[in-house]
Amino acid sequence: MIQFENIVKRFRRNEVLKGVNLTIERGHRVALVGSNGAGKTTLIRCLLGEYTCDGRVLVDGMDPRKQRREVLSKVGFVPQLPPPLRMPVGQLIRFAASLCESDPARMRDVAQKLGFDAEQFRHQPFVKLSGGQKQKLLIAIALGRESELLVMDEPAANLDPDARHIFFQLLAEKQERAAMLISSHRLDEVATLVNRVIEMDQGKVVLDDRVADLVELSSRLRCRLRLTQPEEAFAKTIGEWGFLSGADGVTWEGYIAGPDRLRFLGVLSRYAALLAGMEMEEAEEQVAAADAS
Amino acid sequence: MKYLWLTAYTDIIESLRARWFMVYSMVFGGLVVILFAFGLAESRIMGFTGLSRLLITYIQLSMAILPVFVLITTVRSVAGDREAGVFEYLLSLPITLSAWFWGRVFGRFFVVFLPVLLAMVGAVVWGTIKGAEVPWELLVYYTGLLMSLAWCFLGIGMLISTIARSSDVAQGAAFVVWLSLLLFLDLILLGVMIREHLPPETAVAIALANPMQVFRTATMMLFDPQLVLLGPTAYVILDNFGQAGYITYAIVYPILLGTGCAWLGYLLFKRSDLP
Repeated sequence: MIQFENIVKRFRRNEVLKGVNLTIERGHRVALVGSNGAGKTTLIRCLLGEYTCDGRVLVDGMDPRKQRREVLSKVGFVPQLPPPLRMPVGQLIRFAASLCESDPARMRDVAQKLGFDAEQFRHQPFVKLSGGQKQKLLIAIALGRESELLVMDEPAANLDPDARHIFFQLLAEKQERAAMLISSHRLDEVATLVNRVIEMDQGKVVLDDRVADLVELSSRLRCRLRLTQPEEAFAKTIGEWGFLSGADGVTWEGYIAGPDRLRFLGVLSRYAALLAGMEMEEAEEQVAAADAS
Repeated sequence: MKYLWLTAYTDIIESLRARWFMVYSMVFGGLVVILFAFGLAESRIMGFTGLSRLLITYIQLSMAILPVFVLITTVRSVAGDREAGVFEYLLSLPITLSAWFWGRVFGRFFVVFLPVLLAMVGAVVWGTIKGAEVPWELLVYYTGLLMSLAWCFLGIGMLISTIARSSDVAQGAAFVVWLSLLLFLDLILLGVMIREHLPPETAVAIALANPMQVFRTATMMLFDPQLVLLGPTAYVILDNFGQAGYITYAIVYPILLGTGCAWLGYLLFKRSDLP
């Protein structure tokens, strides 16, 4: 679906991409990782036809620079930093839906699923929304249309755990017929979302590996934690994941999205000395659903 | 075409909510209020009184502030949007670059011209309520001149925004352009150049190439048809153009210049990195 053929991008004398060659097919969920300045954003901008470059970028055989409309009508893009748009939410949805020849109601529905009521905020300027609300709306615009390629830069960074779970479910719905390119500084943020990892360093691809695709994007895990003693800092952190404690503040219980497990364990590792016990299992609703199917 | 108007509409909605637009509107609206408050409509100069007198002063002041306002606000918001990631996001949506660029130009033109026009209309409404006679011919002529001037500097602003990669550089460049045109507005400077053996035709050509000078001379022409205030330069203008010819030139030339600059900006935009 996507071909990068010997892509070189220079900003004056600074060569940011040094001959990148990649092929990405439908069904590939690619984590594009690397440190700052590795060339991830530049590569994405070349893919979106926003940067001119040497070499060839092709999406289904089309040049994103020359056949912008044809290529970009297939692409849903979620940037890392939401743009400071002053237009109201309703106007942004109508604008995007009109350009993408999609139904604004579909985008509003996706936003609603993610926990953002676009109808209620329709007169609110986009720039005045909170970070999480902006992220949800941009995801809704990207997913609420017929996109065959999803390009996302740290897409779930500002989402609360419930919204993350819904987001992963929405991705799961698209995973067979779309390619996904998810950019992140940290692999643990996106590892369980993807089935391929591409690492960039100083403008080159230094790692291109397939990874085990065992985690269901839409899965959910029930988790019980037991602490050696109550701890305020832990309570604050785990509260952000939507966990509830028993009366003693020592036992905690909640759900985490399947693809979030590595990230969750990373958080727990900071409180390793406090943990007396831990239990994680597929949530019953998922197990029941799996049995039914 | 649909996408062009959609972009224009979106740009208008964006601009109407921007702080620069509020300041811009307040300046032009405030100007009319101040002119009325100081009783300018009741004063008389060279036989002009009432609304005609007020419009003459308004247009002279507009010449001083409209170009710099249009230039600075255009380059600041366009280059600022690019820096802030607005281009990165909106240009990831399926829209052609021509629809995007020209949509922004038309949307921006509507936004920069609207307060100027509304201030004039407000003056006319106010004057009518006060019982003054409305100089329709003058109003139409000045509206045409202001539209032409606004379009011209909008085109220059879009060109600068495309070339400059940061809003600071764009703002600096816009200011230099405005200052240069302002400098050549000074007939004394042109006089000095002639004294230093610059051919008079060249000095007149410089003046005729300067959209601000063209606008200024055209506005003068209405209350001073023989351009006595302009001195010997008037002969060149009147001999070559005639009064009607010069008025046409004063409206058409800035439009062509603005369109040329915007077109060049579009060509560069199409070939360069977008965000």
